[in-house]
Amino acid sequence: MISSLIVAVLQQIPEGFERVTGGQQVEQIPAAPLVVASYAFFLLLMVFYLWTIWRRIGKVETDMRALEQRQGQKR
Amino acid sequence: MKKLFVPLAVIVAAMFVAAPIAIARADYESTMLLVQKIFYFHFATWMALTVAIGVCGVASVIYLFKGSKAADWYAAASAELCVIFGVFGLFSGSLWGRKAWGVWWQWDARVTMATMLVLVFLGYLMVRKYGGPGSEKLSAAMGIFGAATAPFVYKSVDWWRTIHPQTTVMKTLGEKWPGAWMLVWFCSLAFILLTVLLLVARVHLEAMRSRLDDMYLAAEE
Amino acid sequence: MRPGFVTVALLVLKKDLAIEFKSREIVYTTLFFAVACVMIFSFAFVMEEGVPVEGAAAGILWIAVAFSGTLALGRTFERERYSETLRALLLAPASRAAVYAGKLLGMILMMAATEIVLTPMVAFFFHAPFFARPLLLVALLGLGTVGFASVGTLFAAMLVRTRTRDVLLPILLYPITIPVIIAGVRGTAALLQSPPEEPVATLWIGLLTAFDVVFLTLALWTFEPLMTE
Repeated sequence: MISSLIVAVLQQIPEGFERVTGGQQVEQIPAAPLVVASYAFFLLLMVFYLWTIWRRIGKVETDMRALEQRQGQKR
Repeated sequence: MKKLFVPLAVIVAAMFVAAPIAIARADYESTMLLVQKIFYFHFATWMALTVAIGVCGVASVIYLFKGSKAADWYAAASAELCVIFGVFGLFSGSLWGRKAWGVWWQWDARVTMATMLVLVFLGYLMVRKYGGPGSEKLSAAMGIFGAATAPFVYKSVDWWRTIHPQTTVMKTLGEKWPGAWMLVWFCSLAFILLTVLLLVARVHLEAMRSRLDDMYLAAEE
Repeated sequence: MRPGFVTVALLVLKKDLAIEFKSREIVYTTLFFAVACVMIFSFAFVMEEGVPVEGAAAGILWIAVAFSGTLALGRTFERERYSETLRALLLAPASRAAVYAGKLLGMILMMAATEIVLTPMVAFFFHAPFFARPLLLVALLGLGTVGFASVGTLFAAMLVRTRTRDVLLPILLYPITIPVIIAGVRGTAALLQSPPEEPVATLWIGLLTAFDVVFLTLALWTFEPLMTE
């Protein structure tokens, strides 16, 4: 039984380099995630930037209203 | 200005919906296949950056020599856009380079100079935030010097044959592959219009801040 | 009668040199700092067998020049700020650009003094044949110094009244001077090859000249509005 096992293992070790004819060449670095990541990052960046502008405008508006209230109270 | 904002926003939104569809449908490039599709936004973002840098440089000069407050708003707004578009340009370039060059980063002439530009405008934002009173003038100096080095960034890739594609790529694309050429310029137009849109929004914030400052000053009297 | 541009510039230079000769404070401290820089790089970049990393010498020289230059800039204008002489200078009936030129000349001399000490030192510690083409080396160092100092003097002067000037000066100065440093390092590295690559070095010298012209022009043009309150 051991000998048949050894034979089975030996048969799987390639003798040398083997040529793959036809068939698809597998790319080493997949491109799709990179492309998707690039466009997704752009979308995120735009959303983030617009959000910061909106947030800052909100802060200024709050300050303005507070100031107007104080002015109204003084009078 | 205000009345154009909404129509412009609609146009830009439409262009940004159409663009990815067109990009997905575009043909593959011969050697780089799928990953070359990053190019359409990558080139477009550098176009947007060029516009933003130009606005910042000119606005900084006007502010420094004429003292126009509105010019200062435009300078500050466009500096932020320089950083945003520059960061995206570097990021997309890095992802593309990972596949095309095998490495995430290369210190080639244009990548280095582009990084420098982003750092310059980050410095612009830093000095505005932490420079105390009078920092608008200091940042204007940064804007002017940054804008002055921009032509060198563009030409750098022609002077040194490095790993980065040269400016001849775009010049010959029109003849060799008109479909891609049109798509690139469509994306660039979309990005430039987006820049205008963001600029208007951001300048509006600066104008409001300025009004708030005036209100504070009036309240103290 | 308003004194001419060159007269004012030389007067400012003479004043700075006179003050510096009395105490020699900035010269000595800057030189010592530069030497300390090179020492730290030596420990960082020399490998176990005692052999320095290949090609590190050019970069180390220019980094030491940039760091000590920044220090000298800060110290020079700190001195002006402390004695409040800058305002007096600006109030003088002289062209502001001439005042800038005088301060720039002083800065260039200061950096040149540092480089005269640093270059042989780096050559010695890193086995780098800097003096194979001395004229090209002087051109590189000289033009690089002018480029660095022109932007540095402007920025240091404009930051004088800012509270966070010490940290803002490097933040603003280093990105703008990246092209100058790159050109300097690449040109110097080309000279260190065996045999020295003269055409490459000349190319970088040409680029440095272009940067110097742009930066000097911009600095002279913007000094006046920047320094006015």
